[in-house]
Amino acid sequence: MFPHRLGLGLVAVALGASPLAAQTTPIAYEKVRLIPIVGDEIEDGVFVIQDGKITAVGPRGNTDVPANAERIDAGGKVIMPGLICTHSHIGGIGGADGSKPIQPEIRIYDSLNVRDPGFIRARAGGLTTLNIMPGSGHLLSGQTVYVKLRKAEKIDDMMMYDADGKPLGGIKMANGTNSQKKPPFPGTRGKSAALVREKYIKAREYREKLRKAANDPDKMPARDLGLEALVEVLDGKRVVHHHTHRHDDIMTVLRLAKEFKFRVVLHHISEGWMVADEIAAAGAPCSIILVDSPGGKLEASRLSFETGAILERAGAKVAFHTDDWITDSRLFFRSAALGMRAGMSRAGALRALTLAGAEMLDLQDRIGSLEIGKDADYIILDGDPFSVYTKVLETYIEGKKVFDRTDPNDRLIAVGGLGAGVEQRSYLCCQDDGEHAE
Amino acid sequence: MNVWTMSPLFLRAATLLTLLTAARTTAAQNLVVYADKLYTMAGPPIDMGVVVIHDGKIVEVGPAIEIQVPETYEVRQARIVTPGLVDVRATVGLTGILNYDHDQDQLERSSPIQPELRALDAYNIKDELVTWVRSFGVTTVHTGHAPGELISGQTIIVKTAGNTVEQSLLVSPATIACTLSSSARKSGGKSPGTRGKMIAMLRQELIKAREYLAKRKKSDNDKKPARDLKLEALVKVLRGDIPLMVTANRTQDIASALRVAKEFDIRIWLDSAAEAHLMLDEIKAAKIPVLVHPLMYRSWGEYKNMSWETPMMLRDAEVPFAMQSGYESYVPKVRVILFEAAIAAANGLTFEQALASITIDAARILGVDQRVGSLEPGKDGDVALYDGDPFEYTTHCIGTVINGIVVSEVER
Repeated sequence: MFPHRLGLGLVAVALGASPLAAQTTPIAYEKVRLIPIVGDEIEDGVFVIQDGKITAVGPRGNTDVPANAERIDAGGKVIMPGLICTHSHIGGIGGADGSKPIQPEIRIYDSLNVRDPGFIRARAGGLTTLNIMPGSGHLLSGQTVYVKLRKAEKIDDMMMYDADGKPLGGIKMANGTNSQKKPPFPGTRGKSAALVREKYIKAREYREKLRKAANDPDKMPARDLGLEALVEVLDGKRVVHHHTHRHDDIMTVLRLAKEFKFRVVLHHISEGWMVADEIAAAGAPCSIILVDSPGGKLEASRLSFETGAILERAGAKVAFHTDDWITDSRLFFRSAALGMRAGMSRAGALRALTLAGAEMLDLQDRIGSLEIGKDADYIILDGDPFSVYTKVLETYIEGKKVFDRTDPNDRLIAVGGLGAGVEQRSYLCCQDDGEHAE
Repeated sequence: MNVWTMSPLFLRAATLLTLLTAARTTAAQNLVVYADKLYTMAGPPIDMGVVVIHDGKIVEVGPAIEIQVPETYEVRQARIVTPGLVDVRATVGLTGILNYDHDQDQLERSSPIQPELRALDAYNIKDELVTWVRSFGVTTVHTGHAPGELISGQTIIVKTAGNTVEQSLLVSPATIACTLSSSARKSGGKSPGTRGKMIAMLRQELIKAREYLAKRKKSDNDKKPARDLKLEALVKVLRGDIPLMVTANRTQDIASALRVAKEFDIRIWLDSAAEAHLMLDEIKAAKIPVLVHPLMYRSWGEYKNMSWETPMMLRDAEVPFAMQSGYESYVPKVRVILFEAAIAAANGLTFEQALASITIDAARILGVDQRVGSLEPGKDGDVALYDGDPFEYTTHCIGTVINGIVVSEVER
């Protein structure tokens, strides 16, 4: 009946929480401490949502509350946007296999388990949007997906879609030691870059053939799922999310991005602090991780808590990521707080959990801040976001509650206990005894 | 004994005498630390407190206003001051910073039962991760062989600073490390391949050690069996000199540990114990302490039922416990007990209970509370300095002191 593929996403997004009702009752939170991300924090604010969207946000007295609104006295609790993780591995995923080092045809979409408790754990941490990626054991391990942590029975209902109804996502690449192994994988850094360049040159030629064919079925090249994905990368429609640690590997990524004009987000960058000015000059956004000590692999042995601060001072865009299971989604605030401990500004640390991540996923018009017209993705906290003692009380996506700490099932996941965890972790393609993964 | 309780005049004379007679290095072991709030862990916190360290030992603790402080001593000051932190179960110093064989000495894979392996011979006091944990206030670690073999080796209790392990050693051996979990299981027809086999092998080895002990006791030298390092080590456990530290997570493995302890009448410590919260009554009845796994471990496999509220539940059940940094095969290559206790403080423990779990309670379990774990006259001058609540994410450790020497001052 309705052209369901085309526009399904738009319809779902537009109607948000209530696909049937045209208008639902607005909900107005009062006596709330607002952290809107865009603009100053508001000590005594009002926050109004309706039909899955934010309809008002501002200080009490200056902000109109609709007459028909259901009013909630928040009693001084904190409301801020749902957190955005630009690099997660939850969902029981499996990406590219061991057959070759470059596999752009792989969609992580096809391996997600909607019932993975990792999704609940992420909601418990206040996360609402994730970029779920395959692992780093390949030069290119597949297409990533941007998902909202909606309660869903099938993964399609968690996906985010573009105007044509296509699922949104980027592509995962990696360099450095994780993707170096026995043939057909590269054994050196030089070979790694050469293989990537060869593939992108092929993609360019493929794109040229597509252009010349101009949709004439007789002239179209044979469909190649991998090259099709890389054409999207070359066209700037699909962002490259690039795992890279060492300072020279980071420079290699920037060099390749320049050559093929692909849009890139630098991920992890343990040694990013050494080339912060170069990163800033290239305008490459950085999605970083902090773990509790340096080391593991050689290229992460100079990891620093100060990376975020140094990049911020250099003028680079910084987001944090969980890399879940490397760090736990329930402790996402902790990552940014440790960054702040090492010199990041509070505003920068808050942005690094929200709007900066949205920008790296091209979703800044829909999520990442409390602004009128954006999705009503928000969380309620019982204290300052950067205190260890603070709890995420409730998490909302498009106006719908998806986590409630007072619900025994949700609480079990939030603190752990019998039945909270899983038998197996996600398959990231390259860990042996947990030694060579992310 | 305590010269600092005597008259100021005598005190100055004593100081002068110290300065005249002390070598350069010992002079540096005289230190005064002021605190806006001083957590001694031997009584209520003291506002505007001071710790005086003389010749590496604490000689005076109390309100600054009541204590005469020698003028010549080095001085430090911080908003919050605590005892140097005590890590109740680590592998730091054996697990180097890199996950490569050359850097990893925590687990010998050649045989499942090797109690003769001494941590003493493996602890690298200058490892950069030892320095790393020290920079967060950790001054004493119970470290050694990791979980992963049925009996993986010995452990030691040692300070996190010094030139040689001997200089910094408190206890060796501290325990024999035993693993009752699937991580100690082998495949391909090697033993132990099952949990049942694991316990059979452990019991058999303890029986052998008991017989060895009986034979060695014989007065007739000719009839004494030849020395056996393996059995000698286990004899220490059988005699009750040291505990068997059993890493067990699942309830059935915890139950096995309790069963073996009862059969051989040996002391055990329960290590890791992800499902301890499901066995509270049994653990309490067995009167054994729990060295709780890092709360930031990943909740899959044998840790799938772990809870951030385990410390709170152990407290409520009156089971002695302490927080550990544990063993990590991947990253973070070393965990920091300050961070782990913070999660406990945020999940049901009071601030002081969480702090006790990485100071005095850890020291009591380890049996070194006469030396470390609290700030009291006569104890080692081990102190940690913070610029705020130590558990808050944004607080820095601004100084670590061992035996009166400032060993770390980076703002970490």
